[in-house]
Amino acid sequence: MLAPGFADPVHDAQGTFRAVMDALARPGRVRPLVADLAPPAPLTPELAAVALTLTDADTPVWLDPALAAAPEVAAYLRFHTGAPLTEDPAEAAFALVREPARCPPLARFAPGTPAYPDTATTLVLALDALTEGEGLHLSGPGIRGTARIAPAPLPDGFVAQLSENRAGFPLGVDLILTAPRHVAGLPRSTTVTEA
Amino acid sequence: MYVAVKGGEAAIDNAHRLLAEARRGDQAVPELSVAQIREQMALLVDRVMTEGSLYDPDLAALALKQARGDVVEAVFLVRAYRTTLPRFGASAPVDTGAMAVERRISATFKDLPGGQVLGPTFDYTHRLVDFALAADTVSEPAAEAEPRADAGTCPRVTDLLAQDGLIEPSPRDDGTPVGDLTREPVDYPADRALRLQALARGDEGFVLGLAYSTQRGYGRTHPFVGEIRVGTVAVEFVPEELGFAVPLGRVRLTECQMVNQFKGSGAAPPQFTRGYGLSFGQSERKAMAMALVDRALRAEELGEPVASPAQDQEFVLAHCDSLQATGFVEHLKLPHYVDFQAELELVRRLRAEFERKSDAVEMQEAAE
Amino acid sequence: MSAAIAQRPESEPGYNFAYLDEGTKRMIRRAILKAIAVPGYQVPFASREMPMPYGWGTGGVQVTAAILGRSDVLKVIDQGADDTTNAVSIRRFFAKTSGVATTTRTAEATVIQTRHRIPETPLTEGQTLVYQVPIPEPLRFLEPRETETRQLHALAEYGAMHVKLYEDISRHGHIATTYAYPVEVAGRYVMDPSPTPKFDNPKMDDCPALQLFGAGRERRIYAVPPYTRVRSLDFEDHPFRVQAFTQPCALCGARGHYLDEVVTDDSGGRMFICSDTDICETRVAEAAR
Repeated sequence: MLAPGFADPVHDAQGTFRAVMDALARPGRVRPLVADLAPPAPLTPELAAVALTLTDADTPVWLDPALAAAPEVAAYLRFHTGAPLTEDPAEAAFALVREPARCPPLARFAPGTPAYPDTATTLVLALDALTEGEGLHLSGPGIRGTARIAPAPLPDGFVAQLSENRAGFPLGVDLILTAPRHVAGLPRSTTVTEA
Repeated sequence: MYVAVKGGEAAIDNAHRLLAEARRGDQAVPELSVAQIREQMALLVDRVMTEGSLYDPDLAALALKQARGDVVEAVFLVRAYRTTLPRFGASAPVDTGAMAVERRISATFKDLPGGQVLGPTFDYTHRLVDFALAADTVSEPAAEAEPRADAGTCPRVTDLLAQDGLIEPSPRDDGTPVGDLTREPVDYPADRALRLQALARGDEGFVLGLAYSTQRGYGRTHPFVGEIRVGTVAVEFVPEELGFAVPLGRVRLTECQMVNQFKGSGAAPPQFTRGYGLSFGQSERKAMAMALVDRALRAEELGEPVASPAQDQEFVLAHCDSLQATGFVEHLKLPHYVDFQAELELVRRLRAEFERKSDAVEMQEAAE
Repeated sequence: MSAAIAQRPESEPGYNFAYLDEGTKRMIRRAILKAIAVPGYQVPFASREMPMPYGWGTGGVQVTAAILGRSDVLKVIDQGADDTTNAVSIRRFFAKTSGVATTTRTAEATVIQTRHRIPETPLTEGQTLVYQVPIPEPLRFLEPRETETRQLHALAEYGAMHVKLYEDISRHGHIATTYAYPVEVAGRYVMDPSPTPKFDNPKMDDCPALQLFGAGRERRIYAVPPYTRVRSLDFEDHPFRVQAFTQPCALCGARGHYLDEVVTDDSGGRMFICSDTDICETRVAEAAR
């Protein structure tokens, strides 16, 4: 039996979108994300909610090895979104990452082109925790002065990768950070430092 | 005491009621039925379907009724309705070679398999107002033409030319999915399929004017009407779950194949090239104009200089849509108080500065 | 909720919530997210035919329809006013197709769709301002070709815009652009602020609200995230300056608001009143108390 999608497709998708929009517009803020879904493991309700809200036949989706190893996840996403799955991260409009600590280098995803920077990949990470006010220092559009956020777990050298991603602006990937019942955003415009 | 203008809501309601009244006109005159429009204003219905990108004669007739006969407004209604329709996919390409022909003429060959079929046409009529139509008269039935041995087989003229290699081959279907300009914004340069979509939806008057300009030297294409054919074709759809074609019905189309001279280039021998036009219903003027502009827009591909408006795809595609054009032109009716205020202030300031300067010059001259 | 908010029970039967189908909303939502990630960059989107004409706010309407939720409170203004015909028409459209609450009070709105003005009441973090944009390309009148302007943005080659503004200065002694005055966003993209008078440009800078821009006919969406640097283009010797009105509003007495000039008779009579009807009415009501 396939797990159901949104109970209220119109309003649940709208609510998820607004949380994600707010998160990307205000990096460093952790937003509540109500994801009333029970997708097949290891897909988290938050990853599923973002996928159901934003992906469809026009958006190739890349699954990280942990998600790709579970055929029920692909079946669930295919049925509810119709999105084609891709094995090439550079082709992905969206990348769903269940094990952020083992996330491939950001440079392997699509950064967009100088004429069309909007064709870059959006990565959606399923973290264990997202804490506001500590950890990484953020500055840039959407942030009043500076902000702090502590996402965990992260791969080694992630901050260096993020600063490389920022250096390529307007090219670069955008990150939607999810944790149980929460979401935050790290668009390519954000400058991230450790201290 | 001044009171700011109010009552936008009431004014709009009133305007809508006035519109309904004006649409109906004199109540003593019987109301038009949708069927009457569909049957007796058929060419207008065809135009609305073509530019509205939706084959539905009843809907187009209803739109014309609601729009008081305003074509662009009727196209608008049809397009806005089209947006709300679910999309199942693209049909299989229609085969115009297998068309049940009602009219078929060629200007390049005197006779040809299938023959010249005049069909219902204004061509060769004398444009004298027929006052008999003002009275309710019953028209005479049409004379039956002598049946021809080869009736029913109407190979396309361009296919006949292609047998001798005299015309460039028709582009092969290499399986590349055809873009859809209603679902993706046009990215320049646009390929021929997208250009043809834009021209088919484009305003007949605008496309006609562009086509005419190519005949007057603004991007000459040396055209001949290879063929115009009007008739019905079958539409088929291949549902994903079945994997074979299912017939959906028939649509009436007008197809125009223009044959254009081409002197050849370093890579290609001299041969004829093609311009293509296709429209819903019987819309010959539109199909011909479309074919001329299609050929003109191929200038770059064929190594010809791009110097005229009809050859410039950004110019043509960005301006041929009547809804985009009418919307933006007519939006000037909307209030622009705040921008005008900004300009008013600037012009007053510039005038004051101008007067100060000329005063200063006069004083200096007086002093000298 | 105050009395100024009009609550409707349900949305129009037969249409999806906020008119657009879910597939179209998804496409627009993706464009909005990329627009936010690359401030000032114009994201192409497959604009749909809407039941109102191009040039009358179809871009703004599509953006609003894609973001709007049941708990939103919507305000629509045109020329700063809630009661201009086009504002009324768009507000009714959403009341009918989404059933969301509408308001004329800037402070009560969560989503404000606007044509040509930014409200005088300072915007807050809980708000999104949606602009209707006719020509999104700031370089369009210098270079009509999309293929060219796209390259100019890719290379951040904005010399022609500076030359144009400087030509104004050499001819008139100052920059003669009074509305749709170009801005630079977050130090990278030059952006058209839509035809707002340049009086409103400073309100875009470091604004707590999210600003979204929709151009339907031209099929572009762009954004300015909150707290983002928005700099009006200028020169060291000719700094950017906004319009100043010598007289206060004739109705509420406010100074420092953008004023509409109203012709009161045919012998040169003029009066100046706030273009933002909400703030003007609020001040008049407060003074009466």
